[in-house]
Amino acid sequence: MEETPIWASESFWKKTAIWVTAGSFLILVVLTMDTLTKTSAGSKRVPAYAVINKKVDYQYDKALHKSMPIIGENEFLFGKEYTEEEARQLVDLGKKTTQAKNCMNCHTLLGNGAYFAPDLTKAWLDKGWISKDMREDMMVKFLMDPENNARTYGSNRKMPNLKITEQEAKGIIAFLKWMSSIDTNGFPYNFKTIEAED
Amino acid sequence: MNTSRLNGVMQNAAALGEKSRACLNDFKSWVQLDSTNLSDGQQLAVKYFTVAVILFFAQILFGLLAATQFIYPSFLYEILDFNVNRMIHINAMIVWMLYGFIGCVYWFLEDESGTEIVGLKLGNIAFWVLTGAVTVVVLVYLLVQIGPGKDSSLWFINEGREYIEAPRWADIGIVVVMLIFFYNVVATFSKGKWSGIAGVLTLDLVALAGLYVAGMFYMTNITHEQYWWWWVIHLWVEATWEVLVGVIMAWSLMKLLGVRRKIIQTWLYIEVALMFGSGILGLGHHYFWIGTPEYWLTIGGFFSALEPIPLVAMVVHAVYDSGTHAFKNGNHPALAWIIAQAFGNFFGAGVWGFMHTLPQINLYTHGTQWSASHGHLAFFGAYATINIAFFYLAIQHWRGDVWMGGGSQNAWRWKWALGLLNGGVLGMTIALLIAGYEQSFIERAVEGSTWGGYFTAQNHPSFQSAMVWRLFFGTITFAGFILLVWDLLTIGKGETRKAPEIIES
Ligand code: HEM
Ligand code: HEM
Ligand SMILES: [Fe+2]
Repeated sequence: MEETPIWASESFWKKTAIWVTAGSFLILVVLTMDTLTKTSAGSKRVPAYAVINKKVDYQYDKALHKSMPIIGENEFLFGKEYTEEEARQLVDLGKKTTQAKNCMNCHTLLGNGAYFAPDLTKAWLDKGWISKDMREDMMVKFLMDPENNARTYGSNRKMPNLKITEQEAKGIIAFLKWMSSIDTNGFPYNFKTIEAED
Repeated sequence: MNTSRLNGVMQNAAALGEKSRACLNDFKSWVQLDSTNLSDGQQLAVKYFTVAVILFFAQILFGLLAATQFIYPSFLYEILDFNVNRMIHINAMIVWMLYGFIGCVYWFLEDESGTEIVGLKLGNIAFWVLTGAVTVVVLVYLLVQIGPGKDSSLWFINEGREYIEAPRWADIGIVVVMLIFFYNVVATFSKGKWSGIAGVLTLDLVALAGLYVAGMFYMTNITHEQYWWWWVIHLWVEATWEVLVGVIMAWSLMKLLGVRRKIIQTWLYIEVALMFGSGILGLGHHYFWIGTPEYWLTIGGFFSALEPIPLVAMVVHAVYDSGTHAFKNGNHPALAWIIAQAFGNFFGAGVWGFMHTLPQINLYTHGTQWSASHGHLAFFGAYATINIAFFYLAIQHWRGDVWMGGGSQNAWRWKWALGLLNGGVLGMTIALLIAGYEQSFIERAVEGSTWGGYFTAQNHPSFQSAMVWRLFFGTITFAGFILLVWDLLTIGKGETRKAPEIIES
């Protein structure tokens, strides 16, 4: 009678399946713990929320072959310096608002979401806000009444009015500023910010 | 309000109830399905299948609305905005597929365990609770849509996280219903007999349900939030769902072709080892750009590049089994959809996934229509197909195991439905692929992903015509769906030849 070789037997593969799954999962758990600490707010990769008090930029680093966030001097948001706790509350309001308004089903955030509207990862730094003096004001106006402040770049696609209050708009802007300071390993590539000279 | 008007309303309501009952009865006598052919578990299963098909319809309908808005942005502007349509499109997809899977498991649970379902009544209650909850969630999506930036919005309106938008109250409901389902599976196998298939199924369901919980928390830190969000999305579709489909496929091939259990189960273990071995750490391909450390570029790139291997194995498995049994079976549409699954899974997930999974390429394709191209072919190829195959298995049994062959008089219906659905989705996939390439080049590589660059790419003629083609192939898909439903309701009606008994060999 022919014997089934061990590598073709059911029990061998059953054991293999169990060990491979358990092993992979264990590695994932370890990596998760490491990643979560390295990306907590206030870490090198993900700055503390009070970064909204600073100038944020994103510049190409020739040695690293990718763009990196650059955190600069004081540059207050809405002319106010926030403590870390105040900043966290403002960013939190903004983040919550982006969820409650379902932004992610038109836009991408960190490149994830929908593709009907532009990516928000570095929206704070986008040249579309024309100049740094006008930026905050333009953003608040746009978020509160996108229909009448729309710049559709010839696409006719307009953001709908999402009944965003002024406080929520400020929160969203704080959230966007904070998000633009996250080290995203060079995504997006070759992005020229509002700070860059032409 | 005066009483006569109230009476009028009541009478109208009563008349409406009467009329819909009459309609339902007409429908029942038209379809001529005999439920005495079904076991108790199978009667529960077909309830899940029915809702699955209705939600599949909703998916396609709202997909068409969203696709139209790409071409005419003012279409339904501020009435049903793109984000609402898209949310319903992808939520309906996730939910109909889960309904389908639950139905499949209830369908074969009694057969596989050799005993009756332990908590049938509980299972029925859970079905109605879940269906009621889904209805309320969808109505709120449609009528309320958005809320203020407060916790209450996330609890009662929507959570605003792609694919798992369901508000928190519904999350909790879903978990409870899943627990009931899980109890039914475990208790029934325990009362009857366990098998390799049963073991894999049980452990997989634990993981599937457990992962959902990872997506139920609000976090300010978007890097952490997306980290956990991908645990749900990726570890569902590239690990636990894939294995669940392996289980359903294993049972189906045994029934359909009579493949030997020992061979099937060995294959199943191999697939689990390969799928979990690559898919769990392959999760890293979503951790390239969200703020997470650089080592994910290597880990994610490497392991996700291995993910196509189990999918190749699955193709080999399905084709080999069909070949050795000379494609002899009594349900041709089901087998056709099973073959479509093997190839759709391989191309949609394996090939399309592999093409953008290395970080060097993903830097440019990330967050473009490239992802949507892959998303469509993968979800359809891997998960819509297997559910449709199972619908055919179910309807055959419901009709009293009649012959369902390719030569039957009305077989053109399922053949055309098969062709239109697969052709439609493939056409959309290619259109989106072209749009994705164009975006990768123009928006990402040339323009550096600014807002201006985004719109330059969106306004490009090749992008715009791709959107028109996508809508065109979307309507083809829709036509295929309509035909599919018609076929499912009528196939085997009046057929008297029995399907041949398939014996294990
Ligand atoms: C049946 C299995 C699969 C399904 C249903 C599926 C589905 C999806 C979907 C819907 C997305 C887009 C997510 C979003 O909205 O952002 C996505 C992204 C992705 N998938 Fe898959 N996928 C599957 C398997 C695979 C496999 C096997 C690979 C690799 C070999 C892969 C590679 C990727 C990559 C790299 C992304 C990220 C795209 C980006 O950067 O935007 N997928 N997948
Ligand atoms: C009539 C057919 C369909 C049409 C017109 C359609 C249209 C759309 C549209 C417009 C989007 C939004 C993409 C964006 O954000 O730019 C979308 C997303 C999506 N659709 Fe469809 N769809 C159809 C059928 C399907 C089918 C059959 C499936 C799978 C079974 C599917 C799965 C998805 C997925 C997974 C996404 C999210 C992709 C991502 O985020 O990358 N769709 N669809
Ligand atoms: Fe993935």
